[in-house]
Amino acid sequence: MTRKFTSGARAAFSIWRILLLAQLREQPGRLCITVLAIALGVALGAAVFLVNTSALNEFGLATKRLVGESDIVIRGPRDGFAEQLFVKLAEDPRISAASPVLELDVALAGRSNTLKVLGLDLFRAAALQPALAGDIGENLFQLFKPDSIYLSSSAAREFNLKRGDFLQVIVGNSPKALRVLGVLSQTTYPQALGVMDIAAAQWTFNAVGRLNRIDLRLAPGTDVDALRRDFGKSLPVGVLAIAPQVERDRAVSVTLAYRVNLNMLALVALFTGAFLVFSTQSLSVLRRRHSLALLRALGMTRGELRRALLGEGLGLGVAGSLIGVILGAVIAAAVLRFLTGDLGNGQLRAAGASLRAAPLSMIAFFVVGTLVAGIGAWAPARVAAQQPPARALKGGDGDYGEVARLSWQLGVVLLMIGAALAWLPPVHGLPLFGYAAIATLLFGAVLLVPAVTMKVLDLAPRTQRTVVDTAVAQLRENVGLSALSLASIIVSFSLMVAMAIMVYSFRLSFDEWLGKLLPADLQLREPFGNDTAFWSINDQANIEAVPGVSRVEFRRTRQLLLDPARAPVTLIARGANEAETAAELPLLQSAPPPLAANSGSAWISEALQDLYGYRIGDRLALPLAGRMQPFTIAGVWRDYARLSGSVVIARSAYVAATGDQSANEGSIWLNTGVGAGDVEKALRARLGHADALEITTSSALHERSLQIFDRAFTVTYALEAIAVIIGLTGVSFAAGSTALARRAEFGMLRHIGMLRRQVIGMLACEGILTSAFGVLYGLGLGVALSLVLVYVINRQSFNWSIDFAMPAWQLAFLSIALIGAAAVTAIWSGRAALSQDAVRAVREDW
Amino acid sequence: MPEAVLRLDNLSKRFSPDRPALFEGLDLELRQGEYLAVMGESGVGKSTLLNLLAGLDKPDAGRVLLDGIDLTALNDDAITLLRRRAIGFVFQAFHVLPYLSVAQNVALPLDLLAVIEPERGQRTREMLAAVGILPLANRRARDLSGGEVQRVAIARALIHRPRLVLADEPTGNLDPRSAAQTLALLRTQVKANAGAGILITHSKTAADTADRILVLDAGGLHP
Repeated sequence: MTRKFTSGARAAFSIWRILLLAQLREQPGRLCITVLAIALGVALGAAVFLVNTSALNEFGLATKRLVGESDIVIRGPRDGFAEQLFVKLAEDPRISAASPVLELDVALAGRSNTLKVLGLDLFRAAALQPALAGDIGENLFQLFKPDSIYLSSSAAREFNLKRGDFLQVIVGNSPKALRVLGVLSQTTYPQALGVMDIAAAQWTFNAVGRLNRIDLRLAPGTDVDALRRDFGKSLPVGVLAIAPQVERDRAVSVTLAYRVNLNMLALVALFTGAFLVFSTQSLSVLRRRHSLALLRALGMTRGELRRALLGEGLGLGVAGSLIGVILGAVIAAAVLRFLTGDLGNGQLRAAGASLRAAPLSMIAFFVVGTLVAGIGAWAPARVAAQQPPARALKGGDGDYGEVARLSWQLGVVLLMIGAALAWLPPVHGLPLFGYAAIATLLFGAVLLVPAVTMKVLDLAPRTQRTVVDTAVAQLRENVGLSALSLASIIVSFSLMVAMAIMVYSFRLSFDEWLGKLLPADLQLREPFGNDTAFWSINDQANIEAVPGVSRVEFRRTRQLLLDPARAPVTLIARGANEAETAAELPLLQSAPPPLAANSGSAWISEALQDLYGYRIGDRLALPLAGRMQPFTIAGVWRDYARLSGSVVIARSAYVAATGDQSANEGSIWLNTGVGAGDVEKALRARLGHADALEITTSSALHERSLQIFDRAFTVTYALEAIAVIIGLTGVSFAAGSTALARRAEFGMLRHIGMLRRQVIGMLACEGILTSAFGVLYGLGLGVALSLVLVYVINRQSFNWSIDFAMPAWQLAFLSIALIGAAAVTAIWSGRAALSQDAVRAVREDW
Repeated sequence: MPEAVLRLDNLSKRFSPDRPALFEGLDLELRQGEYLAVMGESGVGKSTLLNLLAGLDKPDAGRVLLDGIDLTALNDDAITLLRRRAIGFVFQAFHVLPYLSVAQNVALPLDLLAVIEPERGQRTREMLAAVGILPLANRRARDLSGGEVQRVAIARALIHRPRLVLADEPTGNLDPRSAAQTLALLRTQVKANAGAGILITHSKTAADTADRILVLDAGGLHP
């Protein structure tokens, strides 16, 4: 038995080597391109994975350092809670260590970004973060001065500051200078932040007597979850007891959908690479059918042939995956070195993240890439092994009638399953069923291609024109080859169409949204997300009094933590009254609810609707000014700026609830004929920290936003182009294989008097018919896939809606270009084949 | 009396129920060392008969016994393995692999039978020499003339010393001189290296090189 197995394996390896080496000699270009396609898919997937993993690791480490070794984090709103809460908790016998913190994102003079500043009681903080005390060391007492700050090494690098320099921060409308006492080591806090004494921080940032975070370590044996639940019942309104893991996971979970979508895009690249393996192997099998039939006649079993051909595909996969893994690591290292590792998302900034070796993951990508290539080669190997050798030796394309019959049934079933999957809800916030729907619809539609091709060719009428009729007859006779070319065009074109429609729809919706939200002439804003810079009543009056200003709408935005497991929600107070507020929003749903007494109206974004389950008419309690203030949801609006959700209330309602009349955003309408530039200069002159203010014309902001949008979709545009190139490559392979295989036929046609240009015309006709049908089929499939992308994947990933729109001109142009390219490819291949001596060409073997 | 290498029992084949049978009730015995020619007009079923003998097709009725083994009772893998060691082919259309060298083409049956060096190389050289193309061993098959290619096919058909050689119109694509040389070579090599051989041809000249001639027509297989 062992001897039989060994000799069998030796025979199989021998034949496999002969076949593969022959392919390498005969078709090196095609094999190289196929290997590169696999490499590209693996590289994209590996690079995205490595960057995300490195960034997540770095981010997780940074967040871990932030909360130290605490067991529970008490977190309140940004404006904080009374510090007496700290005293009460510190005295609790179940608490072994408590560290009060004032954590603020501070606006900086001359910069649009902010710096996280931690105000700490260093003696208490050292219990939870021992390394911090070591770092500060002898400067501890210097830190008690109100104008002193330590910077992390990342912050010092980013702002180019060293010990003895000054950092200018904005508090209210005024700049304040903080002296840099020193720079902390990289390991203490990897991210960019500053550390101050807590009393100094409270004094500097006008938060005397206030904290917004307390880190707790529990006494040994204390039940963490039970204590957290206890605290939850007794803490003030808006203050939550959170597990440190939740803190760490919050930002990670916000970016999960974005990262998964990127991984899906990478998988699309891998899939198209696998499809190229499939079409290359299929064409290769068709081209070699005589040779393969000969091997079967000489005594190669079906299994041996199948394994040899599968081995060819796996060989391509091994080569491509090896290159892909290496390339992916190089790309990831470059991204982490030159970018911040957030891949454009912005929420997962991990400056200084370096590539972490992940050998197991790289092996996994290598294996996946190889397997994917194997899967691509499996079907052609199986078909080749099933072909009756006697028929193949004689000639003919093989019996595809049975294949077509079986595949259309499976195709219809898959289409139905795909349609059903699209209706299913997300799984842990991810559109997994949506992705499955896309894959199933794609496979189902591809499986229908042979049957549809045969039907369409059967129905094609005779035109009485030799060139056209011969072309149709050729397609009919070689339906297997026709179906392969079609499948190649259909897969790539439909993916391209789907992505093009999705991006176009999104861009159009985004453009309209910007138009609605930016009606004024100028937009004015303090650095986004900061906790310290704002305009008082006097500042607002100064702004309104600037010559040329017709009207100003002031807004107050702040972050509210409604659910500890989720990122904070943005509260926007705008509009003089509720009617004005509602009129300014791009509402999707609204209904005048029967308002409860003492309950104002609130308008929530779609994210809040999806993530928190709120509906119109529901009561929404917002933690404001230490109380839960009730509102009734009066509408749902579209918000593309805040993934975690936002809620809008009338500014009057906000002021009534909190007494806070400050503002940090504004829209300015100018008098007729007044220049925006002049007003901008005057505004900067009137406000104390002018250089940090963002003042932009609405049109400029609109245009910049669209540019950022286009940049964010660069990867998608690149993948569209890759999909089209791979489709054209598949068509080119098919055309080339066909032309080579038909040299004898061309020679015969030339013998009987067909002109060279007529033969080329016939080939062009075949190329045009094939690609035109493929484009139409691909358009239909692409529209279906785009519906899933727009209404399912996009909505479930990012919790916002898009209005469906078709980029008709773009698709028409691409369709014509693809048909033209296919025709040119067919002609070019034909010309190459027709260059052979016609007499020699009729010899059967070559 | 030499044992029967090949026996046909009541062999019948038709391509579709609504068409007349190609042949019915064929009986044949081919002895060790015998070289048989089967003649017939185009379309009478000569190549179909060859496919049935090689196990590449299944009859509608009857049996094909090769060295006493009933091919009709075997599954595809078993037939293939039997074909690998016991049958050699020479086709009208040559059917060599154009991208392999002459030596590699000839050695294909040995590769399938897992024969390794040095035996593989030695037997290949011997067979190439026997058919007179040893100097062409390293040339690509696509670079040869028709007569040279057919010699490659003959060498390949006999290198593994099969029990049965099947030659389907081996000289159909050759000029008369090359055809005559090929037929002589085929007979010599079948006698030297195989159990028995069958030559399918429509040419009387080619058939005359065999020990026995049978004609396949609507009436069956008869002298």
